[in-house]
Amino acid sequence: MKDDFDPKNCRCKMGMTRRGFLKTVGVSTVAVAASQQLATQTVAAEQELKPEEMAKIALVVNGRKRRLLVEPRWSLLFVLREKLGLTGTKVGCERGECGACTVLVDDEPRYACLTLAIEAEGHEITTLEGLMDGEKLGPVQQAFLETDGYQCGYCTPGQIVAVEGLLRVHANPSVEEIRRGVSGNLCRCGAYPNIFKAVQRAAELKRQGGAP
Amino acid sequence: MSEDQLYFDLDMPIPETPPPGETPEPWGQTNVVGKRLARVDGYERLSGSAVYPSDVILPNMLYGAILRCPHPHARVKKVDISRAAQIPGVHAVLDAADPDADVNWFHGSGQRPKLFDSTCRFEGEAVAAVAAETPYQAHDALKAIAVEYELLPFVSDEREALHPEAPLVHEESNLVGEPERYERGDVAAGFAAADVVLERSYRTEAELHTPMELHGCVANWDGKDLTIWESTQGVFGVQFWVSRILGLPVSRVRVIGNYVGGGFGSKLQPGKYTIIAALLAAKTARPVKLFLSREETMLTCGNRPASNMTLKAGVTKEGQLTAMELNGSGSGGAYSGRGVSLLDWLIKDLYLCPNVRTELTNVYMHTGPARPMRGPGHPQGSWALEQMMDELAEHIGMDPVQFRLKNIPTTSQAREGNPPYTVTGLKECIEEGAKTFGWQEAKRQTAQSRRSDDPIKRGVGMGTCTWVVGDGGPPATIVVKLFRDGSVNLNMGASDIGTGTKTVMAMVVAEELGINPELIQIENADTGTTQFATPSGGSKTVPTESPAVRDAAIKVKQQVLEMVAEENSVDVAELEYLGEEIAFRSDPDKRVKITEVGGLQRRGLVVGVGYRGPNLEGKAVCPFAAQFCEVEVNSRTGEVKVLRFLGAHDSGRVLDRTTYDNQVYGGITMGIGFGLTEVRILDHNQTGKLCNKNWHDYKLPTALDVPADITSLPIELDDPEANTTGAKGLGEPVTIPTAAAIANAVYDATGVRVTETPITPLQLCELLAESRKEG
Repeated sequence: MKDDFDPKNCRCKMGMTRRGFLKTVGVSTVAVAASQQLATQTVAAEQELKPEEMAKIALVVNGRKRRLLVEPRWSLLFVLREKLGLTGTKVGCERGECGACTVLVDDEPRYACLTLAIEAEGHEITTLEGLMDGEKLGPVQQAFLETDGYQCGYCTPGQIVAVEGLLRVHANPSVEEIRRGVSGNLCRCGAYPNIFKAVQRAAELKRQGGAP
Repeated sequence: MSEDQLYFDLDMPIPETPPPGETPEPWGQTNVVGKRLARVDGYERLSGSAVYPSDVILPNMLYGAILRCPHPHARVKKVDISRAAQIPGVHAVLDAADPDADVNWFHGSGQRPKLFDSTCRFEGEAVAAVAAETPYQAHDALKAIAVEYELLPFVSDEREALHPEAPLVHEESNLVGEPERYERGDVAAGFAAADVVLERSYRTEAELHTPMELHGCVANWDGKDLTIWESTQGVFGVQFWVSRILGLPVSRVRVIGNYVGGGFGSKLQPGKYTIIAALLAAKTARPVKLFLSREETMLTCGNRPASNMTLKAGVTKEGQLTAMELNGSGSGGAYSGRGVSLLDWLIKDLYLCPNVRTELTNVYMHTGPARPMRGPGHPQGSWALEQMMDELAEHIGMDPVQFRLKNIPTTSQAREGNPPYTVTGLKECIEEGAKTFGWQEAKRQTAQSRRSDDPIKRGVGMGTCTWVVGDGGPPATIVVKLFRDGSVNLNMGASDIGTGTKTVMAMVVAEELGINPELIQIENADTGTTQFATPSGGSKTVPTESPAVRDAAIKVKQQVLEMVAEENSVDVAELEYLGEEIAFRSDPDKRVKITEVGGLQRRGLVVGVGYRGPNLEGKAVCPFAAQFCEVEVNSRTGEVKVLRFLGAHDSGRVLDRTTYDNQVYGGITMGIGFGLTEVRILDHNQTGKLCNKNWHDYKLPTALDVPADITSLPIELDDPEANTTGAKGLGEPVTIPTAAAIANAVYDATGVRVTETPITPLQLCELLAESRKEG
């Protein structure tokens, strides 16, 4: 790999990288602190919530507001999949290693397994389903179809969302930027070469204004 | 294991199927087959609408979880579930004392211990289970179960298992049966006739499958009927074992696995989780979803066992192999008899060699049972054989490519009766692969790189392989329905594990019936609605199912032709099936549209049932391959970067070029992991526990580790004797020679032979330092 990528000079927000995982932990500490504030406001500054006590939250998922009762310990991943039935977001490790659960939180790829549902309140959450153009595949999905950027398809939603996040800040990424952009998303089937092609094709489709 | 005992059969009775119809001619010019087609289920997989078993949500569903023994060897003395049962949201707790749990598990190798056995012989063995309203509550409950263990001595290194003082895994010796022995020719005479004889020891570390979708299922009872949505490579194997273990009629167990997020051999069989989910569902009268955590799958859902190999080989200075001898050992863990499965196959079969002796020793140890993993035994054997071949070539001053070309067999030497291969594409794979890769030029350049002062060295390497099966065979039953509007339904029992099975089969139907693949709807992998199929594994799904699909389509065609013949009072031979219409040979202007065939319109559909015929007796049908790679080695840090790869594969006729290429990329990627990054680390000395049971510490290749430059070069040789589609298996050959090719490239770059996987920077640094000292 050519090392022409200089993170210091890159102003872009990249997809979730494996190294970026540590950063995420840092970020989520801040987010937890912030959401604790939020949570505190929500439950009117009572005592701390017990795990089994339910908190009332509202999540904006794919542009729609969803009101929910959640345990404070529930991950965003669990809520999306098991409570909202948005099973496009997959579960691979539940410990921030594989990226199968990647969603966009305010345009930025985040591991939903490491994000508590309560911390996601007040943010725009986009899942794989939210990238559809009605019943039609969105441009990144269409690009994965055309380039066969998947095999079993289980890491694919995470890959697609990571790519969407990458392209939102980086309309025309180089191969090295693409590699880094999806390096937080494991693919055990090993479709990586086609995933790289898919990102290039997706960038092209987006420039043309969407899927054909 | 002999080549006739297929590891994916899982000790279940394999039904016979009736013979297929008349053998059709091989396809000539094709319209659909061999082209590139986007996956027929691509929309579902990419939109999120595909329901994988782990996506199933049923009304009132509970979540199951399993308590596992944290020790490699322990006796369960007491289990106290009283506190767990009080946890809010908990509906059931199941342990060995519960009469519902009094069932016997199967471990593949004939052993049938209790589901919750009082002796835990590996870390991660199931001890108890719970069902609760949420997975969080289920895990709360697990934490509240108090288990008293009596810790027992353990052995978790197969190299120690036969030591006289090693603790026993079962009552008798840790030796699993007698060592497997094989011999042909006169090995001593062969070595005596050699100009060069080398003997080397090799080791490969255990590799974990870790498919992206976790292992597990959703179980639901509807009266006496049990339905299981399981992430599996074969729904019929799950159905068989669940019905056997729970004593249910086969008809009452329905297993559905329309999608599966990868398996690589680890999902050929059901898990204890399947049985536990069914028991919890019965106990609570609620559907239960039980998917394991990643850590649990790494402990309990199989592995490619570590192998220890000593290989001795002799060669004449003209480049003829004269003799080979392999001593290998391994362990399938605490139960499996699969510790050394097929470890010697390549040594016995790949290259022409008259005198071969092998001995394989399989032992028990206190680790999770092995499961077949993508080409069982083969990548390990290849690691030894292909490095040995390169070393022999160097000793006689011959190019590795030329040396291999001098030892191409035309018969399968390891099989009884030495049967000829229908086609041996090995020579073409090597020659065409080397040409396209630019082998000679690359070798010249790497020789220069080695002499330069630059610490970054370049090297090229290659390896070849065959795969023991990959020929497919009966049984296979396929139902094709042609509807009155010309659309088609394809019904097949086999799973599509991501290899593109559905797409390939749709192409076969489209080719035969002359229709657009978009008109085909596929129903598959559901024991309630499809016919028996063996699990998708062994690189046999395409060569097994595709001839049956072709047979079914032909039968549909025949019936339609008979209808048209009768309706037009002509002989069937007069007619030609052109897809959307039928032509009359005697009258070039006359056509009947499919939608105008009276019989089809009246009946609404025509059904064709296709079967897979037996393989040709006395011949072997095997895929072959040669892979080439170029690496860059930082001789200061020991880092290896794979720059490019080429896979030249003879897997017979290419049915879908798109998914074919993707298999090649995927196999090479997995091989890069086997060669460079993956190792199961067990704390042999202190605790016997698995140290890296997560993807942070168990390193899979990421997007940063694989070259974008991977070339798939199909070597398509006509193989009409293979079967009626001419296709052979691909999914396993693609990962077999990869790691060995990398090791050979690393040698080319550095002059250092790395005989143990994985080639980590640490290991390579140490070896480079040693070689500098030796100077």
